[in-house]
Amino acid sequence: MKRRHFGALLAGAVTALTAPIAFGTAAQAAECIAPANPGGGWDFTCRQIGKIMYDIGVVDEPIQVTNMAGGGGGLAFSHVVNERNDDPELIVAASQATATRLAQNAYGGATADQVRFVGAIGADPGVLVVAADSPYKTLGDLVEAVKKDPSAITFAGGSAVGGFDHLKVLMVLKKAGFDDIRSVKYIGLDGGADAITQVIGGHATVMTGDISEIVGFLKSGEVRALAVMTEERVPGFEQIPTAREQGFDVVAVNWRGLYIPKGVSDEVFNSWAERLKAVAESKEWQEAMRANGLAPFTKVGADFQNWVNQVIADTETLSREIGVIQ
Amino acid sequence: MDTLANLALGFGVALSPFTLMLAVIGCFLGTIIGALPGLGPSNGVAILIPITFTLGLDATSALVLMTSVYYGAMYGGRISSILLNIPGDEPALMTTLDGYPMAKAGRAGDALVLSGVASFVGALLATIGLMFLAPLLARIAYLFGPSEYFALYLLAFCTLGGIASKNQAKAAIASCIGLGIAMIGLDNFSGQPRLTFGSLHLMDGVDFLVAIVGLFAVAEVFFFIESHGKNTSIGVKFERVTVPVRDIIASAWTMLRASVVGFIAGVLPGAGASLGSFLAYMSEKSIAGPKGGFGEGAPRGVAAPEAGNNAAAGGALVPMLTLGVPGSGTTAVLLALLMTLNITPGPTLFAEKPDVVWGLIASLLIANFVLLAMNVPLVRLFVRVLQVPPWVLLPGVTMISFVGIYSLSGSYFDLLMMIGFGVLGWALRKLDVPTVPIILGILLGNHMEDSLRRAMVISGGDWMHLFSSPIAVGLWVAAILGFVAPMFLRPLLRRPQAITD
Repeated sequence: MKRRHFGALLAGAVTALTAPIAFGTAAQAAECIAPANPGGGWDFTCRQIGKIMYDIGVVDEPIQVTNMAGGGGGLAFSHVVNERNDDPELIVAASQATATRLAQNAYGGATADQVRFVGAIGADPGVLVVAADSPYKTLGDLVEAVKKDPSAITFAGGSAVGGFDHLKVLMVLKKAGFDDIRSVKYIGLDGGADAITQVIGGHATVMTGDISEIVGFLKSGEVRALAVMTEERVPGFEQIPTAREQGFDVVAVNWRGLYIPKGVSDEVFNSWAERLKAVAESKEWQEAMRANGLAPFTKVGADFQNWVNQVIADTETLSREIGVIQ
Repeated sequence: MDTLANLALGFGVALSPFTLMLAVIGCFLGTIIGALPGLGPSNGVAILIPITFTLGLDATSALVLMTSVYYGAMYGGRISSILLNIPGDEPALMTTLDGYPMAKAGRAGDALVLSGVASFVGALLATIGLMFLAPLLARIAYLFGPSEYFALYLLAFCTLGGIASKNQAKAAIASCIGLGIAMIGLDNFSGQPRLTFGSLHLMDGVDFLVAIVGLFAVAEVFFFIESHGKNTSIGVKFERVTVPVRDIIASAWTMLRASVVGFIAGVLPGAGASLGSFLAYMSEKSIAGPKGGFGEGAPRGVAAPEAGNNAAAGGALVPMLTLGVPGSGTTAVLLALLMTLNITPGPTLFAEKPDVVWGLIASLLIANFVLLAMNVPLVRLFVRVLQVPPWVLLPGVTMISFVGIYSLSGSYFDLLMMIGFGVLGWALRKLDVPTVPIILGILLGNHMEDSLRRAMVISGGDWMHLFSSPIAVGLWVAAILGFVAPMFLRPLLRRPQAITD
């Protein structure tokens, strides 16, 4: 009997603790789906954006956050498309990974035009990093070395083959006129930190990842960043040159943003875009970005939708070339 | 000394009444979470993370609470392993091997106290190790490339199949089933779904917790139903708690050695507490030899994995704090918490946020003593929770299994899969095929495959790359010996009956 009692106690405790987050809002409140477990980037997006929207008063009720992990975001995507297609009070966290997976048909046949992308309000800029004792001093050195013998350089990143970390490298090489991209060696590890460890240990040559993943290693002087893939140098990291200024015009950032169901009116779409814009301009969001290694990157509304479409089209082309999709 | 001055600073932070209270609460919750089958440190920490945000705790308090839960769960995992033969969490798996036979032999109290002390020794030594060696030990991670990791995982399978089982072939089959299940999901190197049959639920692969709870807890329920409640293996006698001084003294060296082995396993990224307890058990088993009675309820067989997994839990914090590379599943969850709290782990963390790091280390030391008090004199309290007749307990186990798994993913599909694993576990036990290698396969299969494929990408398909470093060659030799040697030694040694699961 004691055992049952305890089980009930635990279940009760858990319910009580999660209740304010899961059920504490009125029925009319908006909902933000984070298509992953608590703790990740999508979860961060939902919680921060949801909190700030309420704090600055653009929504009347606190936004309820639901975690719906599965299929790398695919489960949430199909849930939105099939069951919530006209819900005006629903927003879903998205990032570059959402776009990459849609482009590579990783959501079981779902396509990007089944939802509406509202906007992005921050981004983790892509970087290429080598060990401090590496002979490669500039992005140009590295690109020349790959052109000469692709098998001599191993790239390591935190995403799977065909993932965004892999594609970033290929975008730079294509801009440099190197077309044999299937010969580029890339290994995917379980995260940026794992990848950088492999580079410092000499098992791989170059780490490709996001700037937030390399902060600690940069400070300790164990690695050297060759290039950051933004339009301008990133505030706080002014010492890292952009790929563009080194002659390789590539912008690759892991943006953080939202999508909403397809079936809502333009009015609803625009109002979410406006709210998102208000968050982007808020002091709270500036602080959250600084704390989490994000760089400013604001695109909302139709402008963002077009940009995402272009990103997806580019990703699809590249993925086809490396054989990730047929 | 710097370290001592820093530690004084740390105790200044940790000894505030509020922080102390959080540590005690964390330890208590953690022990219960660890003791309940299916709920382990990683989901325990994951479930409780929302509290830290709801309560508005600052970084240090949040970290203290969560790491206390983490350590507590590592302690608590042994209770159901010993009393129910169901590991409370996956690192406590090895504790079932000798803990349960010992409990069946009427020495449940001794086993619990002994393992409590072993947990204390392991965790204490690991915390001290973390304190002094963190900056140095973190460098070891750099020596491990894909080929070294592959050899390390291979070693884990070979020694499990070789030394730990009485039938290599059946252990090998079980490992292969596990590896096969691990293949389900997105292929990391092409992004293509494998063996998912178009189901989005299978895209992320099979959660090992679903498999563990199915193979252990649910299968146990099926056995109970089959025997109509008679001859059930659950429900051991547990009379009084005495301190088995002789066993503790006899296991002293075992605990020390197991702590060192566990700590090193914990420091290696990705290896974690399961490998720590496993390697600690195996090395002690081979040191003890066939006369050690491992697998039949040897006290040292209880002490070794508990010291090992608790030491590994401490060790796993080293790479997390110094490099931001989690050493285990749970530290990965903790890492996410750190990031959300605006703390960037890395080599400079110790210099930049000494109050956080040293406050954490001091709290871990305090938590250890709290846990020793909770788990030795007060162990009856936790045991009472589990000490009920099978006809009450098994429905309870079923309920908690279902609730635990459902709370993880919120997916009915996982529940169906869990029942499927229960049937599988029941059938395999009928066939005398061990289920532990299956779990190990699911747990390590993806890492092992990824390591192999990374090595092949780096070398351009040259297999010799797998033997390209002294560390890798050493691990290969140990792996092959570990699998092959027992076949030849077995007739000579006339081994006693070994564990089957």
